[in-house]
Amino acid sequence: MLCQVCNKNNATVHYTKIINGEIEELHMCDECAMNNNEFEFDTTFSFHKLLTGLIDSFQGETTRKEAGEFSCPFCGLSYAQFRQTGKFGCPQCYDTFKSNLIPLFKGIHGHNKHMGKVPKRTNKTLAKKREIHRLRTEMDRLVSREAFEEAAVLRDKIKELENELGAQKEE
Amino acid sequence: MAKWIDGTGFEEDVVVSTRIRLARNLKGYRFPQKMNMEESESLTQKILNVMKELSSNTNYKFIRINNLTPLERVVFIEEHLISPGLIQKPDYSSFLLRDDESITIMINEEDHLRIQVLLPGLNFEEGWKISNEIDDFLESYLDFAFHQDFGYLTACPTNVGTGLRASVMVHLPSLSITGHVNNLINGLNKIGFTVRGLYGEGTEAVGDLFQISNQLTLGEEEEQIIKKLKNIIYQILDKERNVRNGLIENRKNEVEDRVFRSLGILKYSRNITSKEAMRLLSNVRLGIEMGIIDNIEFKEITNLMIEVQPASIQKYANKELTQEERNIIRANFIREKI
Repeated sequence: MLCQVCNKNNATVHYTKIINGEIEELHMCDECAMNNNEFEFDTTFSFHKLLTGLIDSFQGETTRKEAGEFSCPFCGLSYAQFRQTGKFGCPQCYDTFKSNLIPLFKGIHGHNKHMGKVPKRTNKTLAKKREIHRLRTEMDRLVSREAFEEAAVLRDKIKELENELGAQKEE
Repeated sequence: MAKWIDGTGFEEDVVVSTRIRLARNLKGYRFPQKMNMEESESLTQKILNVMKELSSNTNYKFIRINNLTPLERVVFIEEHLISPGLIQKPDYSSFLLRDDESITIMINEEDHLRIQVLLPGLNFEEGWKISNEIDDFLESYLDFAFHQDFGYLTACPTNVGTGLRASVMVHLPSLSITGHVNNLINGLNKIGFTVRGLYGEGTEAVGDLFQISNQLTLGEEEEQIIKKLKNIIYQILDKERNVRNGLIENRKNEVEDRVFRSLGILKYSRNITSKEAMRLLSNVRLGIEMGIIDNIEFKEITNLMIEVQPASIQKYANKELTQEERNIIRANFIREKI
């Protein structure tokens, strides 16, 4: 029998896979068998294990113990459970475990502060601050290119937003 | 043909598709893994009510996973319209699919909401614009779980912040043949990008297709994340094209032989596994990419790569089949198409 992968050499490795009663046979030569990832059985190794390992490595022994003892008041997830599964139970968990999460996020993402999009309706102040920041960067860029007229338009927009922010604070 | 394929994108000689995915959750609900049936139903209804407000001439179809047969569920995965994670808890999960299949809104996958935009070829600008608009629309009615410091809150800490996963599916036959692809994967991992197989996390790369995506979601703006990935993709594009040119110059006969043998087998075989079909289709795609074959379009190959998959073949035959029956019908099917 010829190898089913390269169709050139004699098949020397015979492999039968049975999943849910479904039988799949594979006949291969040594060379192709070596390159075939069907033989890497521990495919679940994984990302999930890597992540939970990572959670441990960013927490010292003491915080681990202390943290293991408290649970999220909303969903009941304990920190020990989070460490095991690598998944949170509810949005509230982020506040519950906040002190442990900062070093963890730094480890995973290299950062611990969100810089992206903000839901505008529910976070008006933050959304405006971000918009001001974005416009300032854009304005600096325009000024450096000596595009002063366009920069002036942005300056007025920034002023407007800053006034709105001030008004919001006074409310 | 899956509708999303039937368009044209940029850099189609290497890039098969672009996908933007946003993870969002609602305040006051436990994450899907922890919720009960009642919560799940209330959340689903809430989202459906909001979707009714979407005043545009595009229509969404609402599909509950438990209303689909197990076979139909897998067909949607093979077409890349839903993720494998969505069918894990069939009683809880559902999705909204836009008419043209470019947008899927998944309900109760790992997160309450997963907005997916899928486009042919390289097209980050359009992908981000569309997903951002849907997010804005949903946000104007729903209270998303958002934290001043951590951003959008997600069930898994690897998605927190922007909740953004931008990914492209690339066809890298030359980098695979020459063995460069392993270096590429290692290198990308070191700088915060992930390379995955055909259907995402934990799946293997078949047909020389790789999904490349950002790994980091916290600490950078969305546009920045996308821009970085785009730069990386252009470097990979250059590399793949260079190697292709080298192959044409130095190993022309070998490449042509490989391409035409593959086409020959696809045209005349009477019994073929999905794995072999994928390998041969990849070679034929390489032939189109290199100008060796000019009477087949990229989208036909992309489409075949989906339609030869086990569940899709059974959908075509309109009944459940054993593996052996599938291999025969698959061969017939390919002969009809090529």
